[in-house]
This record gives sequence, C-alpha cells and structure tokens, in this order.
Amino acid sequence: MSIAITTQFICFTVLSLVVLIGALGVVLLESIVYSAFLLGGVFMSVAGLYLLLNASFVAAAQVLVYVGAVNVLIIFAIMLVNKKEDLKPINDIKSRRIISTSICLTLLSLLIRVDLTNVWSLSSPLNSIGEESTIRIGEHLFSDYLLPFEVASVLLLMAMIGAIVLARRDVMSRDISTGLPVDQELIEKSSEPLLTNKN
Amino acid sequence: MDYGLDLEYSFNEFLKGFGLSSEIAHIIWLPLPMLLVLVAAVVGVLVTVWLERKISAAAQQRIGPEYAGALGVLQPIADGLKLLVKEDIIPAKADGILFTAGPILVLVPVILSWLIVPFGQNLLISNVGIGIFLWIALSSIQPIGLLMSGYASNNKYSLLGGLRAAAQSISYEIPLALSVLAIVLMTNSLSTIDIVNQQSGAGILSWNIWRQPVGFIVFWICALAECERLPFDLPEAEEELVAGYQTEYAGMKFALFYLGSYINLILSALLVSILYLGGWGFPIPVELIAKLLNLPINAPLIQVFTASIGIVMTVLKAYLLVFIAILLRWTTPRVRIDQLLDLGWKFLLPISLANLLITAGLKLAFPQFFGG
Repeated sequence: MSIAITTQFICFTVLSLVVLIGALGVVLLESIVYSAFLLGGVFMSVAGLYLLLNASFVAAAQVLVYVGAVNVLIIFAIMLVNKKEDLKPINDIKSRRIISTSICLTLLSLLIRVDLTNVWSLSSPLNSIGEESTIRIGEHLFSDYLLPFEVASVLLLMAMIGAIVLARRDVMSRDISTGLPVDQELIEKSSEPLLTNKN
Repeated sequence: MDYGLDLEYSFNEFLKGFGLSSEIAHIIWLPLPMLLVLVAAVVGVLVTVWLERKISAAAQQRIGPEYAGALGVLQPIADGLKLLVKEDIIPAKADGILFTAGPILVLVPVILSWLIVPFGQNLLISNVGIGIFLWIALSSIQPIGLLMSGYASNNKYSLLGGLRAAAQSISYEIPLALSVLAIVLMTNSLSTIDIVNQQSGAGILSWNIWRQPVGFIVFWICALAECERLPFDLPEAEEELVAGYQTEYAGMKFALFYLGSYINLILSALLVSILYLGGWGFPIPVELIAKLLNLPINAPLIQVFTASIGIVMTVLKAYLLVFIAILLRWTTPRVRIDQLLDLGWKFLLPISLANLLITAGLKLAFPQFFGG
C-alpha cells in the first residue's frame, strides 16, 4: 500500500467514526446545546468526506451552508430561548421510543437496500474531474437543472417573506392568540414602566 | 504565465539526489511551507501589535512603549510571554469542554485560510481550485466558536457578546461574498493566483481597484466588521459588555482569541491587497523593467530578485491597509448595534448586489477590460 492510499484510508476511517459517533450523540445526548454543537461537527466531517472524494467545491459549499448558516442559526435560536430548566417527564415515553425506533430502523433498512442494489462503480476512472467540478456544476445548474434551481430560489423567497411578515408586527394589528391590540413599540422596550410612581 | 521559482520541485529534486523516493520527499516537504506560513503569521501579529501600540500612542499624543528594546519593539513579545505564564482559569460554573473548545474553533479556521494567500507565482501552500471560496467558507465557522465560548462562560455579558458576534458576522458575510463574486466574475476563476495574474497586465493601471472601486470599499468595510475592529467592535464593547465573549478568559485561552483577531486582521489586509491591489505585482510590471534593462527574465538571479520584490510588495500593501485599520480604530467612535445592522442589510447588501449586476453588464459590454 502506498503512502497516499494509507493516508486516505486513515482519513476516511476517522471521518466516518466522527460522523457516526457524532450523529449518535446528537440524538442521544440530554443537553440540547451539546447536540447542536455536535451537529456542527457531523456537518464538518461530511464536508471532509466530500474532500476525500475530490469534490472540493461541494465540501466548501457544505461548510458554508450547513455549518456557517444552518448550524449557526440553530445554535442562535437555542441560545435566545435558553432557559436552564429540567424538561417535564413525558407520560408514555416508552411507547414513543418504540415507535420512533421502529421508524428509524425502517428507514435504515431502506437505505441499506438502496446501498446494496445500486451499482456504485464508475464506468472508468477517467470520469473523475477533480478541480474542474466547479465549472461542471455551474454548467449543469444553468442547463438541465435550471428549473429546480429557480424553483428552489422561489421557495427561499417565500420563506423570507414569511419571516418578514412574522417579524413585522404592524402587519397584524391584533394578537393572534389573545385578540388584544398589539403593542407597536420596539420589542426591546420593557412592557412595564421602569420608574414606578411612588407618590 | 508559468514562470518563476518552483521551490517544491527543486526541493524534491534535491532530496531525490540522496536516493529518496518522491513520496518520501513530498512528505518531508509538506510541513515546511505550513510551518513557514505559521511563523510568518505569528511574526505578523507581533509587528501589528507593536504598530497598534505605537500608532495609538501617536494618535493620543503619548510616547507608547519604549523601554523593551529599541522603540519598544520587544513589547509584544513581553505581552505574549506574560499571557503564556499566566494561570489558566476555568470558572467554577462554566462548561469546561466548550470553554476550552471555543477559542480553538475561533483560531483554527483563520490559520487554515492562510492556505490560499499567495506571495508569488508559486509561493503559496496550495493553489486549490476553489481558492477564495475556501476562505469564505472557513470564515463562516468562526461564529460557532464565538457562540460556544459565549455560552460556556456562563455569564450574561459573554452570552450577549457571543450572540452579537454571530449576528454581526452572519450579516456582513453576504456583502463580502457578493463583492468577491464580482472579482471572480472578472477573472473567470476562483484561484487567488489567477486573480492576481489577471491584474498584472499593465502594472498599477490594471489593478482591480480601478475597475471595482465600490467593491473595494464594500469589501474593506465588511472585512473590518468580520475582524470586529473598532468601528464595529460591538461584540466586545467595553462600556456595555465588559469584554463580550472574552470576559471570563485568561492566560493562553485569552491569547488564542487575541492572536485570532490579529491574524484575521492581517489575513483580511492580505486578501484586500490580492483581490484589489494587484497582489505581488510591482506598480510597474517587472517584465517591462527587465526588458528595458535588457535582462533575461528567466535567469535564476533575476527570478530570485523578482520573487523577493513580490513578497515585499504583498507585505507592504497589506501593512498599508493594517495601518489604515489601526488609524480608523483610534480615531472613530463605535457604531450602535442598530446602525451596524442597518449599514449591513440596508446599505452594503443592495450596493454590492448592484455592483455585481453592473460588473456582469460591463463584462458583456467591454469584454477586453472586464475579463472575457
């Protein structure tokens, strides 16, 4: 075995172990903050696997989108609502666990079936393009994958408009749940007057 | 354009002369440029810290450090030694693992980004195809480290500082990436080497700053915001947040944050000089001078000379920008958080989008000036 192949094998083993153990940690750990940070680690190691496959552009995009945007937003949301309190015990936890485990196992068996039935080997080793993949991805996005690409951007626009409507409270003059008129002041302002009149 | 020194090739040939296989030679070669760049980055930080102390002193009509070495040049080393031997404290109610991992996550992506900084045609660690995109991707990891250390400190100032840092770096990443995209559009390549070569045609006249003046200003503002330099240093605003996410840190862990922010500043200055100021190019093309003096451009001695001019030019341009950044820090007041977000989302984002659109239009209209 040459040095290059050995290095590749070691990298692959380490990255796969990090992905597997990290993913298990995301699901099994009690602390939601640890889960969120581990998720970032899993995303990073998946990017490392892409790098091993010579897909450097996909790897960088994975880091930028999943670690830099998705995971940061998840952590951000957790920290903004982070209350240090114990979660309430759920009554029928046992049956819930059984149901979710069986769903996961079904999904796993489906994936294993796809893995076993699909033909993975490339027709020739010359098919790997390495550094030129950026150009090839661009060509595909603007020719045969143009419609999915544009539809995805419409989806993102819809999500953005939805977020703006939710954030701008002057769009709705009454609170949805209580029906009371909405306070149109800044969110940061305290709802109680800071200096109470002592007279 | 493939001329110039290729140290890696010569080194491998040299080792093969001793009967080593090319694989072994490659493995011996690999750590050398990395170590060199790491040392260069740390020395760059020491110089910048000294400059910061001296320039701030001049701006405030003080003398600044003067006893440690001539003109106080050894002061940054004294600072570093002090931080090195200080007690490493983890607060009792802090989260030990995350508290330690935070500073590492902040520093590592910044150092990794030096991978793509070229000091000459072959003088960089690796000419990866995704080039400048690697830097954009890596710099998006940093907010996770900041959030991590802010959360793990178990202190409300730290948490607020971490949240502010993440919000700031997310909102300034978008105009930053868009202004880089305009350059990439003109170059037809993401590689930093190609970006510099595309500007090397007519010396100072062909630098990107003349073709992308708006992009240059947007990029510089965003780079300062990403480094949390003073007009935008809200995450560690002393008057409001003590020291933001670094409040609970001491000793070497604090030094990692300190080192990270200064390495990031130098990296940003280097990247501005590569993207907009012609990288290692001399204001008058070196080939033109060599032709006028009737010197052969491929002679070994001339090549060593041009390579050293390239390194000097890159560092000179970068330190000019560092000087501007330091001057800005000691002469401008801090913006408020709402002003910061307004500037990012309502001003820089539309401007950089318009810049990208206009660049694309100009590229179609004048392909000879804006890259065919």
